[in-house]
Amino acid sequence: MDIFGWIQLALFVAVLFGLTKPVGIYLARVLDAKGATFLDPAIRPVERLIYRISGIDPDREQSWRQYAVSIIAFSLVGLLFTYAVLRLQNLLPLNPQGFGPVRPDLAFNTAASFTTNTNWQSYGGESTLSYFSQMVGLVFHNFVSAAMGIAVAVALIRGIAGHSAKSIGNFWVDLVRINLFLLLPICVFYSVFLVSQGVVQNFQPYVTAEVVERLEGTADSSQTIAQGPVASQAAIKMLGTNGGGYMNANAAHPYENPTPLSNFIQMLSIFLLPSGLTYTLGRMVKNQRHGWAVWLVMTLLVLAGTFAAWSSEAAGNPRMQTLGVSAADGNMEGKEVRFGIFGSALFATITTDASCGAVNAMHDSFTPLGGLVPLLNMQLGEVIFGGAGAGLYGMLVFVVLTVFLAGLMIGRTPEYLGKKIEAYDVKASAIAVLIPILFTLGFAALAAVSAWGVAGLNNAGPHGLSEMLYAYSSAAGNNGSAFAGLNANTPWYNTTLGIAMLAGRFLIIVPVLALAGDLARKKRVETSGGSFPVGGGTFVVLLTGTILIVGALTFLPALSLGPVVEHFTLYGSVRLF
Amino acid sequence: MVAKKHSLFDPGMIAQAVIEALKKLDPRSMVKNPVMFVTEVGAVVTTFGLVFRQGAEPVLFSLQVTLWLWFTVLFANFAEALAEGRGKAQANELRKTRTKTLANRLLADGSFEKTSADELRKGHLVLVSAGEIIPADGEIVYGVATVDESAITGESAPVIREAGGDRSAVTGGTRVLSDSIRVRVTANPGESFLDHMIRLIEGAKRQKTPNEIALTILLSALTIIFLVAIMTFKFFGIYSHVTFSVTVLVALLVCLIPTTIGGLLSAIGIAGIDRLVQKNVLAMSGRAVEAAGDVDVLLLDKTGTITLGDRQATEFLPAAGVCVEDLADAAQLASLADETPEGRSIVVLAKQYGLRGRSIMDMPNARFLPFTAQTRMSGVDVGETQIRKGAPDAVRDFIASPFPQEVEASARRVSQNGGTPLIVASGRRVLGVIHLKDIVKGGLKDRFERFRAMGIKTVMITGDNRLTAAAIAKEAGVDDFLAEARPEDKLSLIRNEQAAGHLVAMTGDGTNDAPALAQADVGVAMNTGTQAAKEAGNMVDLDSNPTKLIEVVEIGKQMLMTRGALTTFSIANDVAKYFAIIPAMLVSAFPVIGPLNLMRLGSPASAILSAVIFNALIIIALIPLALRGVRFRPLGAAVLLRRNLLIYGAGGLAVPFVGIKLIDLLVNGLGLV
Repeated sequence: MDIFGWIQLALFVAVLFGLTKPVGIYLARVLDAKGATFLDPAIRPVERLIYRISGIDPDREQSWRQYAVSIIAFSLVGLLFTYAVLRLQNLLPLNPQGFGPVRPDLAFNTAASFTTNTNWQSYGGESTLSYFSQMVGLVFHNFVSAAMGIAVAVALIRGIAGHSAKSIGNFWVDLVRINLFLLLPICVFYSVFLVSQGVVQNFQPYVTAEVVERLEGTADSSQTIAQGPVASQAAIKMLGTNGGGYMNANAAHPYENPTPLSNFIQMLSIFLLPSGLTYTLGRMVKNQRHGWAVWLVMTLLVLAGTFAAWSSEAAGNPRMQTLGVSAADGNMEGKEVRFGIFGSALFATITTDASCGAVNAMHDSFTPLGGLVPLLNMQLGEVIFGGAGAGLYGMLVFVVLTVFLAGLMIGRTPEYLGKKIEAYDVKASAIAVLIPILFTLGFAALAAVSAWGVAGLNNAGPHGLSEMLYAYSSAAGNNGSAFAGLNANTPWYNTTLGIAMLAGRFLIIVPVLALAGDLARKKRVETSGGSFPVGGGTFVVLLTGTILIVGALTFLPALSLGPVVEHFTLYGSVRLF
Repeated sequence: MVAKKHSLFDPGMIAQAVIEALKKLDPRSMVKNPVMFVTEVGAVVTTFGLVFRQGAEPVLFSLQVTLWLWFTVLFANFAEALAEGRGKAQANELRKTRTKTLANRLLADGSFEKTSADELRKGHLVLVSAGEIIPADGEIVYGVATVDESAITGESAPVIREAGGDRSAVTGGTRVLSDSIRVRVTANPGESFLDHMIRLIEGAKRQKTPNEIALTILLSALTIIFLVAIMTFKFFGIYSHVTFSVTVLVALLVCLIPTTIGGLLSAIGIAGIDRLVQKNVLAMSGRAVEAAGDVDVLLLDKTGTITLGDRQATEFLPAAGVCVEDLADAAQLASLADETPEGRSIVVLAKQYGLRGRSIMDMPNARFLPFTAQTRMSGVDVGETQIRKGAPDAVRDFIASPFPQEVEASARRVSQNGGTPLIVASGRRVLGVIHLKDIVKGGLKDRFERFRAMGIKTVMITGDNRLTAAAIAKEAGVDDFLAEARPEDKLSLIRNEQAAGHLVAMTGDGTNDAPALAQADVGVAMNTGTQAAKEAGNMVDLDSNPTKLIEVVEIGKQMLMTRGALTTFSIANDVAKYFAIIPAMLVSAFPVIGPLNLMRLGSPASAILSAVIFNALIIIALIPLALRGVRFRPLGAAVLLRRNLLIYGAGGLAVPFVGIKLIDLLVNGLGLV
């Protein structure tokens, strides 16, 4: 835990804080169909053209049901489209490596994965997919699934801010505007920046290079180096918290994340939109203190996770130290030297706080407690900044539950920003919290006692349990990062993980939209000294406590058999699994 | 009244509650409370395990865990039964007042028939004479009588009930002391006010309030979450080659699901209604009590609520060229026939100007005009001289000319100071102004101040003009006022506030208050009021004290706070229980996790048993809090939240660590496992 780590951490938080307000204000304009932005002269005509071609009436607002139906229909079409592209990639262009069609279970898993903004990768990108599959079949989802998450979050905010309203916005307008005004323009500049750092962007066939130093005991004298349009995909995978790497090694690969600077910017870009959205929340509900309180809760949980992962990784592995590895080096297994302990620990925390899932180190090689951090981050519901939009709506569900649980203590029935929280809202919120828990624990338990589940494990014992828990937490949380060490490219894993991803996305979006619709319909009471305070220290403590108690207590029994036992075994015995 | 205060733990009531608690084990009634139902199912499962000797634990351990699981269910049932029992005791006392009476029924042909009270139906007419008990709820259609209503109000002073107007309602079971009245029956047997009251208190009709329903949903969701966590834990155990017995898994489940609040939730609700009854207020539903906590606009009638009912004459302000004695003399004459408290206070004040007391009897030639709402004047005609006293505009119309300037100024000054000016005129000559002063009740200003801190707006409703209203509003410290209010203004004020999302509470007694009472979220009808008013409101104040609205709000808030405090406490408890049970379950397979046993509990068995015992006993320990309610403090929401979070949140984290440790010491000391 050196000073350079502290400086980087302070710098990271400071820059994030500084960007939150301007991004939040810009987001609020983009998300207002009539909002003016500086890009209007260039993009407005395109926007109008799209509406005209696709027959969208931008003035027609949708009820929550119409909004939900639009999302589901759109996603279903996208899912089938990607499935078709993957199955037929041998017949489609831009396939210089001549890859064959993708297996049905893998195609389903991959299509579900990208549709749901999870970007879980059962496949190895450069060894399975053609350029066309990557650029058309997958990158398309990177944009629209991120836009969809933001749209749902904003629909919920509109519900909270509304007063006896019947509608929560128009999904098609939100989708178009978020892409045109937000994601595409940023990605153009962001890709160019990445190229400047050394990220590749081409359509060339893979390069074969002579190795300088042949690996002992191998006959290979050459190495295949993958090429492709990496920069354009890396930009949106971070900004849209998708996380699906072009390369199998994801952000650990020098072609995707070459320098410490690109590493810093990539981490920042993961949190950029989720962080800005907290400001947008405060602005739209006209309570900026609330927006900042939510931001602070998220930031505190990021810092806590970073600190835990960093200190555990920096302390290293005692078994290795008995073999002569210096304790000062920490646990460098599975980490890139150019990122080091801190750069890897912070990245792991951020990518799992947000449901990004890009990785720059092997999470499987983290110490037990270091690996517990990303695992728990995902199990908390991907609400610590979380996915683009998805993090905020997940967090707002926790806010609703917090207000409901503690709101009674001020002697009134619970009220959130002037909206009464009633049975329907509690039901919707409870379902949204319950779904990922059900699918994570349910499928992990099934895998743990099934031959197909155990067959995929790299490690026996508690670490194997962590691998299974991690996979389903990542899928149901729509994170997409892998502990690795689990061979999940089997029909059983592909199918169950695919189902978990779809459930973790749409079975949450629907109740969240129902919540938005119900809140919109209610009268909004003006807040007074008697209203539940949703800003300030007490609320921050309360919200943090609720997330930790509901989230952590649920997974504590399972975790105690995984990382917890592993940790004590590592330090307290000489047992190996 | 009825509401003799029962001590919390009256031995007779406890015995009754124990029996009821056992009866409530019936799964059909348990299923209404999902958390406790799961607990009961868990207890059944461990009982089967015990009988068929499943699992490897010692019998003594399984037996004790099973017993304590059953105790957990019983303690929750006991809490509910105890709360209900307190209501039942009150209802029984009420029932004593309901005696079988014979009624004199007036038939269509004008003849009378002796009818049993049970046979009276809505619309029947009965004659009730002095000494008789009124056989049913009804409305006086003819006559006036003094009625002893102590049976329901506890107030020994008789009240006057008369046909027409706002004091025409009579309640079955009360006794006519003088005169006789004709009453139209307004309630069928079994539907009377008294019946309604008994049912309410007994809780027979009790339905879950909206917030209780929502809370039950959330508690059920938490229960499902923990059910999933524990069931999958079994599978993860199989993977890890650790066997968890069913008894231990059930013990863990019951400790984690929110049994504390689940067990006490209905007792808290019943106790809330009960506390209102002790204040002599009957809530027609639990929903009304909940709404009372949410109220953020209080409409308070000026007269009787903010000011003492009667205004007092405090000063005579003569017109130019009139001496004060002449004014006092005329004022007294004009007030002789005015039986209102104001009129009497004028006569009393006039005596201070050396006038002897006069009575109507002394003046056979005089023609007295009593005060009426139409003329808004009273007075006397002595020969040709017409002496009048009344509201400025009424008198102005009477004399058909403007007032002299200094009279106009005096009247305005009186108004500005919150008084009511009455103008005295003799013939067409204005003699001067009487200053009637409203006396604001003591202690209200502080109370309203505290309400403001809690975000509750107080609005004074008065028929006075704006100037007077503003002055009194300022003196009383209310936030706003509605002057020159007519009943329909009240209604539209309520609608406007509600449209802005506010919840409104008001009191009322007259028939013309009925629409507003029905519209308000909390409408407290005065028991002295008309039947229409009582039916429109959702609470009835037996003492007919409008100031009580404030206490009603406090009781509603107290109930909600209690619910929130115990929910927070219950959930915060889970942390300590985890640290007791999880290490105990794993330590035999993984001895290395010993350090997780933070509390240093004696053995795995004693740790699990202690957590289960704590979980059961905490319900019993919190019954007094659930029934009495957490202490009400009129503070702003932020302060209140911080305070309660510290007590019940931080307390909820800490208490079980201490409690489980102490029980563990005891369990090991006694060698129970």
